[in-house]
Amino acid sequence: MASFSQFGNDLHTGKRSFDIVGRRKTWYLVAVVALFVAIVVPQLRGGFVFGIEFTGGSEFVVSQVAEQDQAVAADAVTEVVPLAVPKVSSVSTTGIRVQTDQLTSDETREIRAALADAYAVPVEQVTASFIGPVWGQDITGQALRGLIIFLVLAAIGMALYFRTWKMSLAAMTALMHDLVITAGIYGITGFEITPAAVIGFLTILGYSLYDTVVVFDKIRENTSEPGAETRTFAESVNLAVNQTLVRSINTSVVAVLPVASILFIGTLVLGAGTLRDISLALLIGIIAGAYSTIFIASPLYAQIRSAEPAVRKSDQKVLALRAKAGPAPRVAEEVRA
Amino acid sequence: MAKSSPAKKAWRSLTWLGVIIVGLIALNTAGVLTGSGSWTPKLALDLEGGTQIILAPKLESGQSVSSEQLNEAVKIIRQRIDSAGVSEAEINTQGGQNIVVSIPGVPDDETINRIESSAKLEFRPVLVAGAPSAASVGEDIVGEDGVMTPAPTPAVDPNLESTPTAVPTDGSDLNWITPALQAQYEAFDCSRIDTTNVAPAGEPLVTCEADGSIKYILGPVEVSGENVSDATNGQQTTQSGATTGEWVVNITFDGTGTKAFADVSTRLNALTGAQNQFAIVLDGNVISAPRTLAAITDGNAQISGDFDQDSSKALADQLKFGALPLSFAVQSQDTISATLGSSQLTGGLIAGLIGLVLVVLYSLIQYRLLGLVTVASLSVAAIITYLLITILSWREGYRLSLAGVAGLIVAIGITADSFIVYFERVRDELRDGRGLESSVEAGWKRALRTILASDAVNILAAGVLFIVAVGNVKGFALTLGLTTLVDVLVVMLFTHPMLQLLARTKFFSDGHRLSGLDPRALGATYRGRAKFRPSDDLPSAKLSSASREAAKRQTIAERKASELVGSTADRSTDGKDS
Repeated sequence: MASFSQFGNDLHTGKRSFDIVGRRKTWYLVAVVALFVAIVVPQLRGGFVFGIEFTGGSEFVVSQVAEQDQAVAADAVTEVVPLAVPKVSSVSTTGIRVQTDQLTSDETREIRAALADAYAVPVEQVTASFIGPVWGQDITGQALRGLIIFLVLAAIGMALYFRTWKMSLAAMTALMHDLVITAGIYGITGFEITPAAVIGFLTILGYSLYDTVVVFDKIRENTSEPGAETRTFAESVNLAVNQTLVRSINTSVVAVLPVASILFIGTLVLGAGTLRDISLALLIGIIAGAYSTIFIASPLYAQIRSAEPAVRKSDQKVLALRAKAGPAPRVAEEVRA
Repeated sequence: MAKSSPAKKAWRSLTWLGVIIVGLIALNTAGVLTGSGSWTPKLALDLEGGTQIILAPKLESGQSVSSEQLNEAVKIIRQRIDSAGVSEAEINTQGGQNIVVSIPGVPDDETINRIESSAKLEFRPVLVAGAPSAASVGEDIVGEDGVMTPAPTPAVDPNLESTPTAVPTDGSDLNWITPALQAQYEAFDCSRIDTTNVAPAGEPLVTCEADGSIKYILGPVEVSGENVSDATNGQQTTQSGATTGEWVVNITFDGTGTKAFADVSTRLNALTGAQNQFAIVLDGNVISAPRTLAAITDGNAQISGDFDQDSSKALADQLKFGALPLSFAVQSQDTISATLGSSQLTGGLIAGLIGLVLVVLYSLIQYRLLGLVTVASLSVAAIITYLLITILSWREGYRLSLAGVAGLIVAIGITADSFIVYFERVRDELRDGRGLESSVEAGWKRALRTILASDAVNILAAGVLFIVAVGNVKGFALTLGLTTLVDVLVVMLFTHPMLQLLARTKFFSDGHRLSGLDPRALGATYRGRAKFRPSDDLPSAKLSSASREAAKRQTIAERKASELVGSTADRSTDGKDS
């Protein structure tokens, strides 16, 4: 991996540089298209698929079945309640989960017996759960309240730490992007939104901002410390993004690896359940978070700040100096390449 | 820097870390030795199997529940579950609104009905009082009518007359006692009292004192609990205002209650024996059956007796909160079989392990032997987190749920990021031509700021979620916050000191190829922003202007560094760069 550390060196020195800030219009366009898709496609598909925790209903889990034949379960349920629309899925390696609309306790008892009969297991191995439709809403209601409080506090905290509210604005914009994209992918793939997925969304909030703060800290350093007077504001931001690029890649890979392994194990071995729901949200969120920090938050920040009279003045000074020093200095040229 | 050398500081930090770990282990050992702790954290229902019932209060619009009311409801529900013989039930409040009941196994419908029904407080006149559990002892009972009755047979003859022969004139009329009721009373076993067996308000009730010491036949409900507007405990005062030192419970009735209680107390006051008593019935149990010493017409009754401060407070609370017309509806009932729970846990652990191995491999590839510092740091973080969670589950009753496990696995990434940020900073300093030891110090200063700022975001997220959110989300927030704190601790007390010490070893300070901190691989000693290679594709005029420009762009540190490089023999290997 010597080439990778070489890559890091070049990014650090500015020898190699990706013009991320300069091409912001491209990234904005990508983001707008992605957001559009994330909002419209789920609508076309008929909205999000909510888990039983949100819709309410009854759930049966048959454990230790010999064969995970899902048709057996569907038949057993429709025999008892012909109008029920059972959703059958495999859990773990030996379990079958059946979800239906809310049933009466008599129907529940009969279905338990029917399922036990159909899979030739003792009735004790069939558990029946019932979830009222308010439960998921309660959790989500609380989560939304938490979300708003967190966003307000985080925005204030970042504004104080970085001494500019513009960083907060850029970071929040990137965060919204991540949330919409993640929710959109749930809508597009038809993954159920369960309380576990909501937990995943909440984690993305923290992670996305966390990632942004790391990069912004470097930006703050590059734009405020000695050396900044020789670069335009946008160039300083771009240099910071490039200098932290290796870190961004490494961190994303390291964060994605465990999450991907949960998703992998969750989907292939465990089937439906908390781990799968939570890890999908995290996987998308981490990738979207890393992307949006680099391609949305940073260019956006550079753009807002460059409009400030003081920044514009100092940028003009830098450019004037550079023009006097000679045509197109090497470093600057590379930044624009 | 020479005096308090980094090495000394490093050892001090490591010692502190050791002290913390040993302290945590000692604390937990103490817990295990006293029998209440354990070396493994307790698991939540979704991992252990069992049933979780979430109860929501049935509220009318605009009505809200206070935490006092909720706590009293939890107490009442706990009593009901305990009386149902369910062991190890956990009852908690959730989000200041709901009650979560977690019980192992699958509850039957009866248990659920018992939990669900609302607490009912009633005031009934006592018709008959007597010694309980006659059936088990086999002794004869003296009824209120003074007639000796033989030891009853448990089964009540269904043919016995169950309607009063004469219409009772008031609640205290002994005509309420039909032969059937008498037989039921005689057969009644106080240990099998059903707290949901709340008789219709207009009919008599056979029940016992809550501790099973006295058996009663009670008349119909005279005053309902909803008519109690307040109940307090306090010391009895004489008319002159001096306290007698005796603890009493004061009840205040509302308008309806005052009128009804005035009637009943006037009537009972004239009666004698058991019929002078009125029973306060909560959930079918008699919690108190005071005698009536006076007709109380102003709606302020006082119960005196063998109270101390605690027992008077308990009764006052029962009267006050038990009187609430607060009933609960099952919002969700979720049963997870033990096998499913354990397979989820195993799956989660395997996923975590695979993730960890991948992270280790990646760090080794990226950072060579420096990756081992990552691995060691992660291990230290894992040990501390495990101990903290075990202690939390012992002291605070924390239970590790699937969402918590997910939080821990995610934490691997966030924790490793601190090391990555730090290592990259050190590399940056190396690239700028510093020696390893000063690179470590300078890189640390910058990295620490970033790490603290970004971790603060995580702590904030975890804190807000923990305070606001409910159930699963709370468990997740706790692990997220906990691991973030551990991350800061480990990076300060382990990773940085380790790097300080390693920087002094020959292997690292010479920049061995496998150390991950090889200055040559990192672009050699000072190159890049200020130092210029001859370039073929540039005209010489442009080159000179570029190098002027570059000199201008040097930071003070860079300038110093390049002077340093210039003064010492430039050891940088030429042509090593790309």
